[in-house]
Parts: sequence; C-alpha cells; structure tokens
Amino acid sequence: MNEINPELLRGMTRSRRDALRLFGLAGAGLGLAACGVKGQKAAPAKQSDVQKYWNGKTKHGHVNFANWPLYMDKGRTPLKQFTKETGISVTYREVIQDDPSWFGKIQPQLQANQSIGYDLMVITNGVSFTKLTELGYLVPLDHSKMPNFAKNAGAAYKNESFDPGNVYSVPYQTGITGIAYDPAKTGREITSLADLWDPKFKGKVGMFSDVQEIGNFGMMAVGVNPEQSTADDWKKAGAKLQEQKDQGIVRKYFDQDYIDALSRGDIWLSMAYSGDIFQQNLSEGSNLKFVIPEEGGTIWTDNLTIPKTAENPVDALTLLDYFYRPDVAAQLAEIVSYVTPVPGAKDVLAAEAAKATGSRKKTLQTLADSPLIFPSDADYARLRHYRKMTTAEEQQYNGVFQKITAG
Amino acid sequence: MTMTQARPAARVRRGRRGWGDRILYAYTWLIIVWLCLPIAVMITFGFNNAKGRLNLTWQGFTLKWYGRLFAVPDLTTALVNSLTIAVLAALGATVLGTLIGLALGRFRFRGQGALNLVQFAAISAPETVMGASLLSFFVQLGVGRGYLTILVSHIMFSLSFVAVTVRARVLTLDPFVEEAAQDLGASGWTTFRLVTLPMIFPAVLAGGLLAFALSIDDFIITSFNSGSTLTFPLWIWGAQKNGLPPQVNVMGTLIFLAGVLLAVGNAVLARRRR
Amino acid sequence: MRRRLAPYLLILPGGLWLAILFVLPMVVMLSFSLMQGDVVNGFQLIWHWQNYTDSLSAYDDQLIRSLVYGLLATAACVLLAYPAAYWIAFRGGGRKSTYLFLMLLPFFVSFVLRTFSWKFLLADDGIVLGPLKDAGLLPQDFHVLATGFAVVAGLTYNYLPFMVLPIYVALERVDPRLLEAAQDLYAGRAQAFLRVVLPLSVPGVFAGVLMTFVPVSADYVNATVLGGTNNTMIGNVIQNLYLVNNDYPQAAALSFALMAILLIGIFAYARALGTEDVLEVAAR
Repeated sequence: MNEINPELLRGMTRSRRDALRLFGLAGAGLGLAACGVKGQKAAPAKQSDVQKYWNGKTKHGHVNFANWPLYMDKGRTPLKQFTKETGISVTYREVIQDDPSWFGKIQPQLQANQSIGYDLMVITNGVSFTKLTELGYLVPLDHSKMPNFAKNAGAAYKNESFDPGNVYSVPYQTGITGIAYDPAKTGREITSLADLWDPKFKGKVGMFSDVQEIGNFGMMAVGVNPEQSTADDWKKAGAKLQEQKDQGIVRKYFDQDYIDALSRGDIWLSMAYSGDIFQQNLSEGSNLKFVIPEEGGTIWTDNLTIPKTAENPVDALTLLDYFYRPDVAAQLAEIVSYVTPVPGAKDVLAAEAAKATGSRKKTLQTLADSPLIFPSDADYARLRHYRKMTTAEEQQYNGVFQKITAG
Repeated sequence: MTMTQARPAARVRRGRRGWGDRILYAYTWLIIVWLCLPIAVMITFGFNNAKGRLNLTWQGFTLKWYGRLFAVPDLTTALVNSLTIAVLAALGATVLGTLIGLALGRFRFRGQGALNLVQFAAISAPETVMGASLLSFFVQLGVGRGYLTILVSHIMFSLSFVAVTVRARVLTLDPFVEEAAQDLGASGWTTFRLVTLPMIFPAVLAGGLLAFALSIDDFIITSFNSGSTLTFPLWIWGAQKNGLPPQVNVMGTLIFLAGVLLAVGNAVLARRRR
Repeated sequence: MRRRLAPYLLILPGGLWLAILFVLPMVVMLSFSLMQGDVVNGFQLIWHWQNYTDSLSAYDDQLIRSLVYGLLATAACVLLAYPAAYWIAFRGGGRKSTYLFLMLLPFFVSFVLRTFSWKFLLADDGIVLGPLKDAGLLPQDFHVLATGFAVVAGLTYNYLPFMVLPIYVALERVDPRLLEAAQDLYAGRAQAFLRVVLPLSVPGVFAGVLMTFVPVSADYVNATVLGGTNNTMIGNVIQNLYLVNNDYPQAAALSFALMAILLIGIFAYARALGTEDVLEVAAR
C-alpha cells in the first residue's frame, strides 16, 4: 500500500482532456439517473386482501425468524419445543439492532419484491412500523389461523393504536423505557426524570440516540404527554435536552450499548429498557436498578410481522400463534423479563413457582410478582405511548431531535 | 501487508550509539508496544474464563472458548461469509487488476490518463463516500442488497490496488524476453502463460493477498451495502452492543495468526527465491 | 492492429467494473443530492440545490470538527511516525524488515475489533484507569472515553502504520553518502538532518499525509466507539442520514460536499508541494 504511483497522481493533475471525457461519461450517467425513484405507497389492506394472500399457501416445514438480541435464551428452548411439536424447523437470527437501520436494510429487497431471507420479524411500533405498513410491505394476518391469539392475548394488546385490529401485527413483547442506575455509584435512589438533569452526574448520564425515545423523555421532562404533542412541544423538549447536553451532563447518546457502558461503570444512570436490566442482573449478578420515573415512562410494543415476500408464511403464522400459548408465554417471560402480552402467563409462573424449589422458586416468584412484567393498573396509568406520525411530521420531528443526538 | 525489503543502504556511522540513538531506540519500541497493546488484550481475553455475558474482567485461564469456537451460529455464518467473500473478491480483483496492470505497464494508449485518474480516485476516495455512492446506486436500480452487492463492491475497491502493484512489477521487466519467446514461435497465450505470468507472479500474489486483507477487514463500505447479510466485522459491530462473546477474541486471534504466518512465509519464500 | 487493440482488451473488464461500480454510482449520488422526497412517496429529481445549503448549515459543526480531527490526527501521525521510521531506516541494521513488520501487526486484526479493544482498555473503571483511581491518583469522575482526545487518539492509532510505511520508504532511499558528504563539509548532525534528510523525506511524508488525512476525516467508527456527545464527525451524520433516516438526498449532498472539500484539499496540497518531481522520488 505504500506505493503512491506518480502516474496516478500525474493523471490527476495533468490530463484535463481525459478528465473532460470522464465528465462526459458522467453526464450520460446523470441522464440515466434523472428519472428519480418511485414511491410505493399502498392502500390499507382489506378483508379480501387477507384471503387473496393466504389462498393456496401451504406449510413448508421451515421458518426463518429475525429478532433482536437478548430476546431468546441461548439454547432457543421455546423454538426447539416448537419444532418438536409441529415438525417446523426454525432458523433464528438476532439481526435487528434498531428499527430504522433494519428498515433501511430490507426496504430495497421488499421494493424489488425479493425475499429478505426472513419469514417473521419483530418490529417496534414507531415510524419504521408505519412506513412498512404504508408501503404495503407487511402481510395482513389471517386471524382464522390464530386461535391462541384470539383466546389468550390481553385485551389491551388486541386494539393498539398503531395497528387497530391487529391487521399486520401481534405483540411479541412489550416493554417500558425508564431509568436504570447503579445505586453504588449514584449514592442515592433515582426516582425522577430530573435526576437525568442533575449536574452532580455530569458526564455519567446516558440518553438514547433513538429520536423517538429521547424526544419522549424530553417531552415528559417538560410535562407534555408525547402521544398528544405538537410541533411546539417538540421545540420545548428539544431546548430542554439541549440544555442537558450543553452542561456536559450527557456522556453519550446510546443505542443498545448503554447496558455495556452501565455495567462497565462508564455511566451511572441511563435511559433504559426494563427487560435488559433484569437480564443483566440475572446473567452477570450485577445490582442495577430500574425505575419508572415519577413523571412517567413510555411503553412500547415489539411486534411479530410477516414481510410480504416471505417464503414460508404459513409456518411463520404458526410460530406467531404459538407464542400466545400461556405456557410458552410464561417460558418467554422467564427468559426475557419483558411485559408479556399474555396475562395468563402469570398463573403459569405462579403455579410453577409453587412446584419449584430453591433459587429457581425465588426467581419464578419474583417474576410472577414483578410489576415490570405484569404492570399494575396504576403503573399502566403512568406509562405514555408513542405518537403516531406522518412522514412529513416525522421529518420535522427528526429535524428537532437529530440536531441534539448528532452532536 | 506489503513488506518492504530492507536494502543494505543507510549505514551511517554504525556502532557509535549516542544518547539520541538510545532514546530513538526506546521510542521505536514504545510505538510498537502501543500498536500491539490492543492485540495483546484481544488475545488474552480469548483465554478468559468469563462466566456471564460480558467478557470484561479477568476470571481465570481457560481454553474452553477454543473448543466452543463455533457455538454462536450467527457468528459462524458471518465468519464464513467474510472468508468466502474475501476469497472471491481477491480472485476477481486479482484477475481484473492484473490485466489492467499489464496494460498500464506494457502499453501507452489513449485514455490511459483517464484510467489512472479513476484508479487514483478509487484508491483515495473516502470509504464513507464510496459506500454512500454505491448505496445510492443500488437504491436507484432497486437492487436488494446482500452477499452479491458486498462482493461486487469489494472487487471494485481492491482491484486498483492489485493493478498498481502489478504495474510496478511489469515496469521493471525486460520486454525483449517476451519478444524473444514470440520470435521462437510461442503464441500470445503461451508467451503469457510461460513467460510473462511467472515473471509477474510475485506481484500478482502480493496484490491478491492485499485484496484479501482489504476485503476481510472492510467495515465501512460493507455496512452501507450489506442488506441483511452479516460479515465478521458487521457482526462484531452489532453484537458489541450487548457484549462480545469470547469466541470473537478467539476468531480474531486465529485470523491474526493466520495472517502473520502467511506474511512471514511469504517473506521467507521471497528471500529464498533471491 | 492486434497490438493496438491489446491494451484496450486488457483494461476492458476491470475498466468496465470501475466505470459501473465507481464512476456511475458517484453520478447517481450526485443526482440523488438534487432530489427531494422520502422513501414512502418516492424521490423526484427537481434540481433541489437547497439540499446542499440545508445540510451544510445543519451539520457545519460536524464537518468542521471532522476536518479539525483529521488535521490533528494526521499531524500526530507524522510526529509519532517520523522518529520511528527514521530509526528503523538508519539504525535498523539487518532487522529493518522485522521492525517494520512489528509496526504492521495491527493490520492483521480487524479494524473494528482493534477500536473496541481501546474502548475496553480505556473504560472509566477499566484496567488502566481503574487502578489509578483506586490509588487516588485520578479523581473518580475522570474519563478518557467520550472525549475528543479519545477520538483523535483512536484515529491516530488506527492510521499510524499508513504513515510509518511511506516515510520509511523515503528515508530508506536516502543515500548515506549524502550524509557523510554533509558531515565532511562540517555540517552538525542537526544541520545534516535538517538540510539533507528532511527535504529528501518530504515525498514520503506527503504520501503518508495523503493516505491518512482523507480516510481519517471521513471515518465514523472511532467517533462512534470512543466519542461522546460533542465528538460526532461528518461520517456519522452521513451514515445516520443514509441508513437510519433514509434521507438519501440530504445524505448524498453531504457526501458530495465532503468529497469535494477533500479533493480540493488534496489538489491544493499537491500543487503547493510541487507533486511532479516529488513523486518521482517517492515511487520506488
């Protein structure tokens, strides 16, 4: 690599005629590219679309499942059990790190009507989910083949605002965004959003880089409910967050890597997802704590969806419905420690706890009693939802908050 | 990867080592230690008996991660992708680059300047911009990104390096050897196979190895054009957010050792050829 | 006739490859930078020059920071690499290759992995800072990560070998007899260095600067891994606009602006140093 070729450089400085020729080529290319790129906005799915899609689709005995990290145990126990019971093998990949970049990755394939290599994928409610539905990239679900969902899903999960009637999605897990902290470092209990603005923790506070998450926290800090926020509220929240940044309180705007930083002691308190902290304590024996701030936290839903180019949609639908069996939901709750959309899982856990002994009994009982896995009504009242946005609103919203997270 | 052979030049007042020399000697070693420190950490923590998900503190010596090297299926797939892409990209870039190198070293022709300009740009353009432009291109064409788009872009950015290496070698060769072969009745292809290729082979090999190294290590351009396909660096990037498993250290160590052995072997062979 | 066609046949496959996958994408990116729209509704080419002014005014901080970090890291590379390259070239003796090889060892470990290794080494309570803090030598809230220093140091680390090599090559070509001659003419060691060795090594420094400044200024890996809230570089912005926001027009405009700035920089730099004869020396 150490050879810098003089001819190359001379080519750069001398051969103007050739450069002009290149520009000619470039011009031709520009003509080729001048047509722009078409949008693919699709009409919402109707009942007839459901039949049209599912008619003639058959079981293939295999399904490819794309999920987020830390959303299944290492041994993939529930999936192995699924294969044993149904004969459908599962390829499970933890390829989704965040929604927008996952969307960016699969969008071209979906646009070209090519398989993305996955039949089932987990997408959080939010802008990417909205885009996927608007573009018609998700398969409308055939509820006649989803008996477990009909029977066991909690009422709140059957009619979520981002997908009324579960046309395209059913929840995989829901979770809470709140504050996690290391009490040994902070030296006091953390209870409120104001703690994230405390200059005492200068350089030791982690915030999320996801614009929706950080925007929500900014709004709640200025007393606005994100779901009903206006463009003015965004500016107010932006100013509040900017102040936090300017004072050097924020260490960094994190994505999933905040857990790592929290465990290393690089940060002392941070915006956090509830289940992460549970799992972290369980697997590392750490002593992190998670709270829903007094001013409120947000609740989000990670949804099981089938992309329109899925090769094995029937198998995917079978797996999707399988997650709604109370025993499977309980198993999953034990693994991932998030809020399960199957309330019946609580009884299963309690029953298992009664049977178990020793440390496992304690673990199961903690899970069954945990307000973070089965939130109380009072908790639910404090939780805020994401705001639904049009693409135009999203651009405006991004403009406000990206200025902050982009440093 | 390019090893520069020491020439017996620069023998200024050897033997007399003043203070300045000693300081410089220590300084050079300090730089080497600094450069190798992260590698030492990587190798060491491949032997760490880590209990939980995070491989952060030293918890005793173990060889178990070497035994469970392929226990993380996604990681294995990513490594296989990286290796096969690197081999194919190196092959492709070597063939295309060698041809260009031959043309540039042997002939003077119209358009040579333009070719040089494009090659220079391809070598020196920032990776972020190259990745971004390829992504724009694939978006415009409506091509889904994946294994294939990674492969073609890797060939693209490494072929110029091969061409430059081969060209340098061709320029040092005596063109009359080939003419002599043709005078003796060898066809163009035979001349190339029996005369030219053996003469330029060291450069072709060096260029190919460089292309392999560039491909297997590339993160930035790949990250723009990978779609849902994962390569070794991309997997590490994603998984790091939740703590890297020790297997990553082990694979890093093995790749490191393979590279070092290859380079040392190549240097020894080159010395023997001489 | 065949002889005249031969070079074109030879360059045809590789040339086409470069034309289609390097030149054409640049053009497409240029056209994207003049479009407007979004992923759902499509993009229209309406010669929207505003993309340039909008994105440059929104992200001027990051752009300037990238150039500053690029200059700092490149300067640090020159200063760190030169003495080592000098020692290897003039005092390395029979072990020159070995020393050089040791300097190149990092190339055998993935770039991403090396950077994460530094994050591990420099963690606030990590194996370097932790003991120092426990010993009371550093305040508890002291940190290296999430600072501009960490980013520039990481960039310097990752690109140092690219600087050592060309400087070494240039120095190694300096004829020792020139130094002897200088000393015969009663030049002191310092003077001999300043007036003989240094000018002759300029081409190597030039090549090294070229190979570090451009990639360093456009890097986003180091800023992501080692940086904090106010250390984001233009590469991060471009990456984010492309892959997270799918705002292709603004992202393309920024990429193009970045490349234009870097290219103009290289041209000016090449002119100022009088590339032509300088590079004749650099070529081995």
